[in-house]
Amino acid sequence: MSYRDGHFQDLKVPLTWTVAVAVVVAAVIAIALLISDRRETFRASAYSAARAVADAVNMPMGEVMAAPGRMAGQAGDYLKDYFFAASENRRLRQEVADLKRLRDDDVALRNINERYKALLGFRTDPPVPMVAARVVLDARGPFSDTRLADVGKEHGVEIGNPVMSDRGLIGRVVGVTRGASRILLLTDVASRVPVLIDRTNARAILTGDASSAPKLEYLRGQNPVRNGDRILTSGDGGLAPRGLPVGTAVKGFDGAWRVQLDADETSIDFVRIMLFTDFAKLVDQKELSAISLPPGPAANGRPQAVTMAAPGAPPSASPAPAANPVAPAKPSPRRALSPKTASPPPSAASVSADAPPPQGPAP
Amino acid sequence: MDLWRWIGVPTLICMIATLLFAAPIRVFGLQLPEPVFPMAPAFAWGVLRPSAAAPFALLGMGLFLDLVWGSPTGLWSLALIAAYVTVLFSRNMMTGQSRSMMWTWFAAACAVAMVTAYVATCLDAGVAPSLVSTLWQLAPTMLLYPFAHRLIERFEDADIRFR
Repeated sequence: MSYRDGHFQDLKVPLTWTVAVAVVVAAVIAIALLISDRRETFRASAYSAARAVADAVNMPMGEVMAAPGRMAGQAGDYLKDYFFAASENRRLRQEVADLKRLRDDDVALRNINERYKALLGFRTDPPVPMVAARVVLDARGPFSDTRLADVGKEHGVEIGNPVMSDRGLIGRVVGVTRGASRILLLTDVASRVPVLIDRTNARAILTGDASSAPKLEYLRGQNPVRNGDRILTSGDGGLAPRGLPVGTAVKGFDGAWRVQLDADETSIDFVRIMLFTDFAKLVDQKELSAISLPPGPAANGRPQAVTMAAPGAPPSASPAPAANPVAPAKPSPRRALSPKTASPPPSAASVSADAPPPQGPAP
Repeated sequence: MDLWRWIGVPTLICMIATLLFAAPIRVFGLQLPEPVFPMAPAFAWGVLRPSAAAPFALLGMGLFLDLVWGSPTGLWSLALIAAYVTVLFSRNMMTGQSRSMMWTWFAAACAVAMVTAYVATCLDAGVAPSLVSTLWQLAPTMLLYPFAHRLIERFEDADIRFR
């Protein structure tokens, strides 16, 4: 509406003041929104309804807009396959030969690994299901590095799920709605991921700074990292499973250790979202919080473990089963709290709960 | 001349252009640049005539950028408003300047927006974003001046005193 023709034509307010007030109000709203935003947290409530709706709307729009580019890329791939079929065939034959060697090594190592796990009664994380997704929107500026993928809640995706490309870890889910998930890349300024250096087992925090190679911060120990060291996820804090490939350590121009990401080797157009739940969340929390007291003297002189159930749980006074250090024991979260398993297993293995108590020091 | 053509249409064009350039398209293996399209109307609106609707249009466009790009909510609104205020304060100095000089002013306004977003990100995330990455976004944004110039040329003689 024109200033002259409007209903407020008789209202004489200086335009400069009107604009100044409008600017101040808009700026205050922007600052308030910025302060209240917590997009990097794991809380689902931090991902606002507006963001969820925008992602749900942007997803089909992004798919439509990316379609011509995708079709052109497929046409290019078709032509490349046609003209370079022979050289591609030679390369693939060589790759198959290399992979056969690796497969044989893998079988042998897997066999030894399973044997060690059985001997130690080692509990590994359960297998992690994955869901494949296509990237439909691609933000890559200095202040945000995120992707929008075309799968959401209906596939079981949750906030915090790690995301892999076909080469390595690329980030984690920070927002999810029906039909779409927002992925925060490792290079984003808000990204922090606990990692380990494969050679030394040293820990660090991978910190994104909008460059292509994120920084390694909080490195501990003397010379914990060298050029070319493999960097994996450490699994600390339950953010991601241990051992996911992240990249290779390189010395940056600024003197800081950085990680050349494995995922940079290919374009991030298809991703795999790991439906990973922290190992600590899989155990029975009620059982885990049960308080185990040290064994007290019983009427027959035998040691007896007493377990106090957590409030609400049925009372239990049965002793924990004796640990067998050789046979793979059925894993139980309470094992770690039991006083029996706290003693050195090999020497204590011969002394069961039914054996008579020690008679005193040996002569 | 109505408010829709002066504020609404440029806003809509910027939103569509932002969505187009956010598509995961690669040309010869290279990603598309990611310019801040709303900088063109932010500059033109500030140069031509102050308007009470412009700051709120910039607030809306900034929120749209945050939602599409996944940046903290309010970041781009603040950056665009900072650039708009800078242009408002210096518009008397821009009057009658040549096209190349106006382009320089536009580049300066873009730099103000980027510095605002940079400082806000440093405070919010506790990490300084890469300067190279920031320059990679600043450079294509500076090239948007012809669009701002077109907007100024089109509405220079129109009655655009909106409230």
